[in-house]
Amino acid sequence: MLVAVAVFPGTNCEIDTKYAFEKLGQEVVLVFHKEEKLPEGTDLVVLPGGFSYGDYLRSAAIAKFSPIMKAVIEFANKGGKVLGICNGFQMLVEARLLPGAMKRNENVHFISQFHHLKVINNDNTFLQKCFIGELLNVPIAHGEGSYYIDDAGLKELYANKQVLLTYCDEKGNVKNPNGSVDSIAGICNKEKNVFGLMPHPERAIEKILGSDDGVKMLEGFIN
Amino acid sequence: MKVIVNIQLKNGVLDPQGKAVHHALASLKFNEVNEVRIGKQIILDIAESDKAKAQERVTIMCDELLANTVIEDYSIEFPTC
Repeated sequence: MLVAVAVFPGTNCEIDTKYAFEKLGQEVVLVFHKEEKLPEGTDLVVLPGGFSYGDYLRSAAIAKFSPIMKAVIEFANKGGKVLGICNGFQMLVEARLLPGAMKRNENVHFISQFHHLKVINNDNTFLQKCFIGELLNVPIAHGEGSYYIDDAGLKELYANKQVLLTYCDEKGNVKNPNGSVDSIAGICNKEKNVFGLMPHPERAIEKILGSDDGVKMLEGFIN
Repeated sequence: MKVIVNIQLKNGVLDPQGKAVHHALASLKFNEVNEVRIGKQIILDIAESDKAKAQERVTIMCDELLANTVIEDYSIEFPTC
């Protein structure tokens, strides 16, 4: 599988993301934001975490106009698989590839810690190797990760099984670190080819670093 | 021409910064404050002398980039100077 990881000025998780997918035996290419095309034969595009364009104006507000994003949007609209992690998730909502919007964390702090997540839906590529209700321990690191969507949009997310992950404690009880609507940590689009989450599965791939729960998440993309 | 764009979270969308500042004001004994909402102001200087045209262009700028209309409202002002 060929994984294209987009790199914007201010992106800082591209090397971790590359390392994670290479560890899983995949070929990874870093693609600079000024590129207008994705590499031939790209199977998965990853928009990694960081602070693209300094997060000026709003997180990911400027990144969505990068030349590479036009190619990513085109790729997604043709059914290509796209995964946005953290700042990448923010890019996907800013680009309207995913519904909703991202706000400042409710406590106004930047939060960087391990956090448990609960798998809500697994009938999609991303979480197919996880079971419903499974608890995953994955780092979060964001200041603007409070997911917002209006009531009508939220109903639609549930009806189409687009809610992927919610924040919880180690026993699976609701624990909302940032004020996200319904503690939502990750969603996908209706067509189930565009995925976004605030937590960092690429930082949870080795037990010695605290958790390897990210492996079965990223493995979902690998046939 | 100077154009001022004011951007705020929509009514009903919780404003965590406003809430934090409200708490801080209360702890300073400014108990008369009922609510604090924080927005941003963007001041543009644009090469356009026709107000209607400027309004039209700045509206597009707001919809495309300056505001996220999922959660934010904006207003456009022309300061008299």
